[in-house]
Amino acid sequence: MTTMTLSRRGLSFWAQLVFTLLVCALLMAPVAMSMLAGVTANYFVGIKSGLTLRWVEEVWRLYADTIFLSLRIAFACLGCTLLLGVPAAYALARRQGAVARAVEELLMMPVAVPGLATALALIVTYGGVGDLRRSWLFILIGHVLFTLPFMVRAVLAVMTSIDLKTLEEGAASLGAGFARRFFSVVLPNCRSGILAGSLMVLTLSVGEFNLTWLLHTPMTKTLPVGLADSYASLRIEIGSAYTLVFFIMIVPSLILLQWLARHDRSAP
Amino acid sequence: MSVTARLDPQSRDSLRLAALLAPTAALFAAFFLLPLARLFVIGGGGDEGWAVYATILTNRNHLDSLIATLLLSAGVTAVTLAVSTVAGLFLVRHRFPGHAILVAMLTFPLAFPGVVIGFMVIMMAGRQGLIGAITQALTGSKLVFAYSMTGLFLGYVYFSIPRVILTVMAAAEKLAPRLEEAARSLGASPWRVVADVILPALKPALLSAGAIAFATSMGAFGTAFTLATRINVLPMTIYTEFTLQANIATAAALSFLLGLITWAALALARSFAGSSVAAAG
Amino acid sequence: MTDRFHLDAVPIRLESCGKTFPGGSRALEPLDLTIRGGETIVFLGPSGCGKTTTLRMIAGLESPDPGGRVWFGEEDVTALPIERRNVGMVFQSYALFPNMSVAENVAYGLKVRRVERADRERRVEEMLDLMHLGAFAGRRVDQLSGGQRQRVALARALVVRPRVLLLDEPLTALDAKLRDSLRLDIDRLLRGLGVTAVYVTHDQGEAMALGDRIVVMAKGRVAQIGTPRDIYHRPTDGFVADFIGAMNRVSGQAQSGALRLGRGAFPWSGPDGPVELLIRPEDIALAAEGEEDTHLDGLVAAAVFLGDRTRLVVETGDGPPLTVDAASRSGLARGDRVGLRLDPSRLLNLPQP
Repeated sequence: MTTMTLSRRGLSFWAQLVFTLLVCALLMAPVAMSMLAGVTANYFVGIKSGLTLRWVEEVWRLYADTIFLSLRIAFACLGCTLLLGVPAAYALARRQGAVARAVEELLMMPVAVPGLATALALIVTYGGVGDLRRSWLFILIGHVLFTLPFMVRAVLAVMTSIDLKTLEEGAASLGAGFARRFFSVVLPNCRSGILAGSLMVLTLSVGEFNLTWLLHTPMTKTLPVGLADSYASLRIEIGSAYTLVFFIMIVPSLILLQWLARHDRSAP
Repeated sequence: MSVTARLDPQSRDSLRLAALLAPTAALFAAFFLLPLARLFVIGGGGDEGWAVYATILTNRNHLDSLIATLLLSAGVTAVTLAVSTVAGLFLVRHRFPGHAILVAMLTFPLAFPGVVIGFMVIMMAGRQGLIGAITQALTGSKLVFAYSMTGLFLGYVYFSIPRVILTVMAAAEKLAPRLEEAARSLGASPWRVVADVILPALKPALLSAGAIAFATSMGAFGTAFTLATRINVLPMTIYTEFTLQANIATAAALSFLLGLITWAALALARSFAGSSVAAAG
Repeated sequence: MTDRFHLDAVPIRLESCGKTFPGGSRALEPLDLTIRGGETIVFLGPSGCGKTTTLRMIAGLESPDPGGRVWFGEEDVTALPIERRNVGMVFQSYALFPNMSVAENVAYGLKVRRVERADRERRVEEMLDLMHLGAFAGRRVDQLSGGQRQRVALARALVVRPRVLLLDEPLTALDAKLRDSLRLDIDRLLRGLGVTAVYVTHDQGEAMALGDRIVVMAKGRVAQIGTPRDIYHRPTDGFVADFIGAMNRVSGQAQSGALRLGRGAFPWSGPDGPVELLIRPEDIALAAEGEEDTHLDGLVAAAVFLGDRTRLVVETGDGPPLTVDAASRSGLARGDRVGLRLDPSRLLNLPQP
């Protein structure tokens, strides 16, 4: 759409601007407040009580293991979704028939079905299998199920937007076998989708709570589980400091994602 | 060497594609389809047997919970769509200094998990929240609504706005500017252009985004969990049945019902537009 | 300069190659065809006629229905996938790899063939020079124009010294002017390299200019195979006659060894009755109305000035209007009356499509 279609900025422009700014304020105010609360000595007294990193240190002392576990799960989850999702997306991109669409629809189900239900289903089926219930791998399974659709979607979107079939035929006509085509032509031309999918998987895994709350054990607490714990039982400054840590962890990938989206839009 | 015994290129290609899809299919069958089937069987294995799927809603508590969740989700969907359409259209139709930052801030909460959304609501409307502080200064009495259905409503709107704004913006950017120019060349006022050209063109995107907001509000758990365990929405009811009353069969049956509703809403959404599905926080 | 790139001239033989798609639709009726080594053969026809399917079977991108065989020289390549047929292929949409530079695109096939680095670089450089692309070696593909892209695609296909060069509507995505200049480039290359080339197009001009022989196809069947002159001057059926160039239909009456057409009468050997005949615009001469030896009179209904000539549409009051070419400076315009003289030796009597 052309910019400045309404070239004269009348009352309606300003009214909409104020409205949009108010929405933005609604979204940003609590974020700013919680960030501030996380470094305020006493939130009840207010900012005049002074700034401190004491609460962040407290969070580190209490919850460092949840942060590491979340990171470990997130990167393991990324590895799994890359190994599973990229080939699956390729297969779905190459076959455009009704069967492929049905498989695609089916793969999206773990996102549509509430995490609570999936977690319950996993527990009743595999809760008694060996030591799985007490292992972080149990949480990993849930995360892979939940994030895989995002990887598949992101990669599939790029694969269907380029003329993958002709590119591959071009490579094959030059003598390249399947593995060579896949690694030298298919993957490099899907970089942006793989990157977007990866960032999405990392962000979602680090923040996943619906599944994780039922799947975790006292020995396998992830960051969001720790967050819920701290919100419920500790003073607001610690909850805020913990939230601040979470923000810092996801901000880089969110910024990259936005940059990617803009980059894609402006590309010819 | 017998040539005929070898596979032709197309069959080889099909085999290869099947092999590439196989690991995902195996994982999916083992850890999703099989467990869900098991959940379904367990749901029918309680005191009431298979009748549970027919009678579960005759339980007053469950029915209330379902109705409350449906009303809440419908309300969230309506408010989010209205707010996000106005803001999203505005952001696409106008460029001004600070535009990019505004878009970045409006879409920042996209990946917040439900628990964090709950905490944001507490920051706004909790006992030490912003709204409480403002109302105390103005009226002398503190307005606190975070730990109730109203707080949950605010949280779900908060959660849904970024995603719906993004969907609206993406759809509006794809609109052919010629369409709008044609309408204006025919003498339509800017408001008529919005009503007659832009909104109808956005309809698929709005339907899809609305269904996503609805499904997310139905199935989300983290926000309600953070705000208060006594908010009577379906996911909380399931959680309570499972953990506190150890009533696994009922929890399973209710999960199934909930899953069916959200899946249906999202399947509907995808049939209207192929946009990406939402993450339930 | 193309001499040093001279390639082997491998003949191709198709043996009852038909193609039925999984849905059951017949894309190609079983086809037998021999393409001579070093020959440029053009498959010409409207979309859906089976020409691309045939090309893709030669390439190894489609397999013929059971019983079909594809031979490259003495080798049966039917079961070989494209990557093992050693062909060069040029696509309508270029199919250049966006993740590689121009030079990397051209080097790709050599890399796949494990050609040693120094040799590879030399060959890429020579090929780029041959295609006048030397200055673009380091460019990204999306920085090139359509014509440059297609030249890169040609270079990429040729540098591996393919047994057969396959071109699938290579000029269709280009604008008219580029199309002409690149067509000349391709012509020069194909003659110089001596490679067996299969070229698919829906453009009769391209087919005439490039083909040693043309295979005209329609609805999954071969309508005619022949040199461009054969196809144009001696079409074997009405479809070919109509598809290639402009063609007029005139109706006459055969009676006891003579064919009456307007005022004229020509010797005729066929049976008596009405006859429909075909004639090209350039085989109809213009004269003043009613002049001696003219066969028909008509009214100019439209005159389109084309620069080198003026194309007239002439209503004769008998059958469909005729298309006739007048000299550029003839000055004939709408509403003028003219006489038409048909060259009897050029009248064609064909079975109708």
